[in-house]
Amino acid sequence: MGCSHSVHNETKKSEKAMKAAVLIQNWYRCYKARLELRRRQALNIFENIEYADEQDQMQLAKFFAFMLEHYVKNKSSADNLPKIFNPEPKRKSDEETIISLIEVPDTYYGPRLKFPLTFADVVLLIDAFKENQILHARYVLEVLLEAKKILQQMPNIIHISSTVSKELTICGDIHGKLDDLFLIFYKNGLPSGNNRYVFNGDFVDRGQNSMEVLMVLFSFLLVYPNDVYLNRGNHEDYLMNMRYGFTKEIMQKYKQHGAKILHLLEEVYTWLPIGTLIDKKVLVIHGGIADNTDLTVLEQMKRNRMRSVLMPPLVPAVFDPRHGHFSHELPPPAMLAMEQLTKYEWDQIVNILWSDPRSRKGCYPNTSRGGGCYFGPDVTENILTKFGLKMIIRSHECKPEGFDICHDGKIITVFSASNYYEEGSNRGAYLKLSHDTTPRFFQYQSSQITQAKTLHERVDIVENAAFRILGERMIIRKTNLIQAFRKYDPNDTGKISLSDWAKATEEVLELHLPWMSLCPRLVKTIEDGYVLYNMGFKDLPVVRAPKVAKAGMVETLVRYRSDLKIIFNIIDKDQSGLISMDEFRAMWKLFCSHYNIDIEESHVDQLAHSMDLNKDGSIDFNEFLTAFDVVHRATNKL
Amino acid sequence: MLLDCSHGLDEWKSTTFFSEAGLLELQKKIKEAFEVFDHEANDTVDVREIGTIIRSLGCCPSEGELHDLIAEVEEEEPTGYIRLEKFLPMMVKVLSERRYRPIPEDLLLQAFEVLDSAKEGFLTKEELVKYMTEEGEPFTEEEMEEMLSAALDPETNTIQYRDYLAMMVIDEN
Repeated sequence: MGCSHSVHNETKKSEKAMKAAVLIQNWYRCYKARLELRRRQALNIFENIEYADEQDQMQLAKFFAFMLEHYVKNKSSADNLPKIFNPEPKRKSDEETIISLIEVPDTYYGPRLKFPLTFADVVLLIDAFKENQILHARYVLEVLLEAKKILQQMPNIIHISSTVSKELTICGDIHGKLDDLFLIFYKNGLPSGNNRYVFNGDFVDRGQNSMEVLMVLFSFLLVYPNDVYLNRGNHEDYLMNMRYGFTKEIMQKYKQHGAKILHLLEEVYTWLPIGTLIDKKVLVIHGGIADNTDLTVLEQMKRNRMRSVLMPPLVPAVFDPRHGHFSHELPPPAMLAMEQLTKYEWDQIVNILWSDPRSRKGCYPNTSRGGGCYFGPDVTENILTKFGLKMIIRSHECKPEGFDICHDGKIITVFSASNYYEEGSNRGAYLKLSHDTTPRFFQYQSSQITQAKTLHERVDIVENAAFRILGERMIIRKTNLIQAFRKYDPNDTGKISLSDWAKATEEVLELHLPWMSLCPRLVKTIEDGYVLYNMGFKDLPVVRAPKVAKAGMVETLVRYRSDLKIIFNIIDKDQSGLISMDEFRAMWKLFCSHYNIDIEESHVDQLAHSMDLNKDGSIDFNEFLTAFDVVHRATNKL
Repeated sequence: MLLDCSHGLDEWKSTTFFSEAGLLELQKKIKEAFEVFDHEANDTVDVREIGTIIRSLGCCPSEGELHDLIAEVEEEEPTGYIRLEKFLPMMVKVLSERRYRPIPEDLLLQAFEVLDSAKEGFLTKEELVKYMTEEGEPFTEEEMEEMLSAALDPETNTIQYRDYLAMMVIDEN
């Protein structure tokens, strides 16, 4: 016995314990890493699909141009020109009268606002929204109208000064997530004279409470017009709203007056300033810059002529200055040309709202989104120098930590919608600027549920959601996918190699994803490194369609559903939700020719007739489009 | 899991690994894992993500071993970024030499048993936290919290490690 022996034992024991600890730590870190990879992959899927969707939009914009050209070529009368190309000048008294005629019934127990709004009104509003109440359309319209009046007085870029005493907080995308907005107010205090806020665009779309977010922000704007600043984002655009959920939210919450609200909203958006300049040194804009960004031009243009990113100005060649008339005969409201921005001005705004920073030098088209640019650190350096700026604060891109810094500290991204893609996907953040000090960042993640689940469960949730939307994209291109697989299988064996499968899938879906590692999760049968593509996919959603529709047509309709919705809305002159069979046929022909879709006319006719339930020659296009849908089978997954 | 633990050292020669097609597939898999973290699609990743990438490919280097690997692929003047062209050959070597194999379940169980000095079949929360945050290559607070969220039985405030391991194995598959 003796001390030395037991000391030796003790040392051995603690050595063993240390080795055991290292083993366990090692194992856990590997486990965690594999989960992290899956989580990132899921986020990549979301991001890729989001940007691919945005790209699709640009195709839609081209289609509108194509449509207009078609009408012009055919010298259609002004009546046939879709209203969207021919906006009627709005009369102020009309709006106010219409609104004042809306009565708020006694049975309405939601918040009642008195104008001019006071801080008490906004608090009332917030409390009501916390109780899930819906603000009456009359008040929504009044808030919008008053907001428009204030915004109209503002310059395109608002100049503010940071002061030692007053804090300045900058928030990024909120996207209808009222919880996040309330969380920010909880952590950072409500806006006030001493607590100034800049909201950097994308208040709406995607989340469930875009209207409530907008109402809260506009109300604060009305109460503190000199302390609350709202920048326009790429989603403050009525055509984007049709695609990304806000229009739907409005029509659901406001069945009677929804159309009026949409109408006024369209205009209010155009009056939102496009940026804020702090101390003449810090530029706050939603997206980014391009190599030719010119603050002077941006400050001088008539910003309210930027109606939608999907409605670029008409090609100037249409107007023939030598002969003083239009080279095509445009329908009478050729006022059209005068109400537009120049192409140069329009590009300037689109770049501000859509661009993303990248580490590669130079400025090149943003191919992911289909609009705006990618700009490198050299572009940033040049623009900052040219206009005497110190840095640019922007939003527009979802970041896992809610914020990001790049280009050597000169570009800051702040994104305030936590759990943007799915519960657990990312944190949100805001930043605070004090006079001449570096910005401070604050992060959060809303939702109690996120905290209670284990890492594995949280990753499962994000991953399942990502695979669901991937599945939606795959099912509507199933025919094309099978065709592509067959090309790699010339002997018709029913098998292709894993890497050929990956190549084919990437070609058809036009998404750059790690297809080789995703494959086992997507296909039913893999043998010896070969995919048996005829055995089908795992867990894909199904396409629901009327029985009379032929397969090829179904996939097309589901795929272009949101584009078609926008197009139909535009054709629908009186916003009744109905279009005539003739209009439908004419538009469909144009659509197919532009998008290169090969569908027999008889199929379309058959389908249109089957949809004409009233048999009165008109089609309820909302009903038509919702008849085609992608439906997920109930699974055991979370 | 990319690799099966049970093959002996001699057997690697006879696996499909060293066929040309096998090597190509291996490279593709490494590239795909790398690309997940290559946010700008310019064949570089932040050095802080390398550990995650290597581990997600089925290897289990300790923190110390990880540092050595990073040193191998870092630039002469560290830029904070690792390039694919340096990472790929290193990773192919690591995988084909079957270095840093994952820890088999039985060894893991033994490790827990070593820490369970009282041999009761469980560890108290305090015991686990002490070992994980003070010994070996200590956990960060976040890592500790995450492990506890799945491992801790809230009723008894203990870690029933046999059950925990069994659950983790199922999770993985």
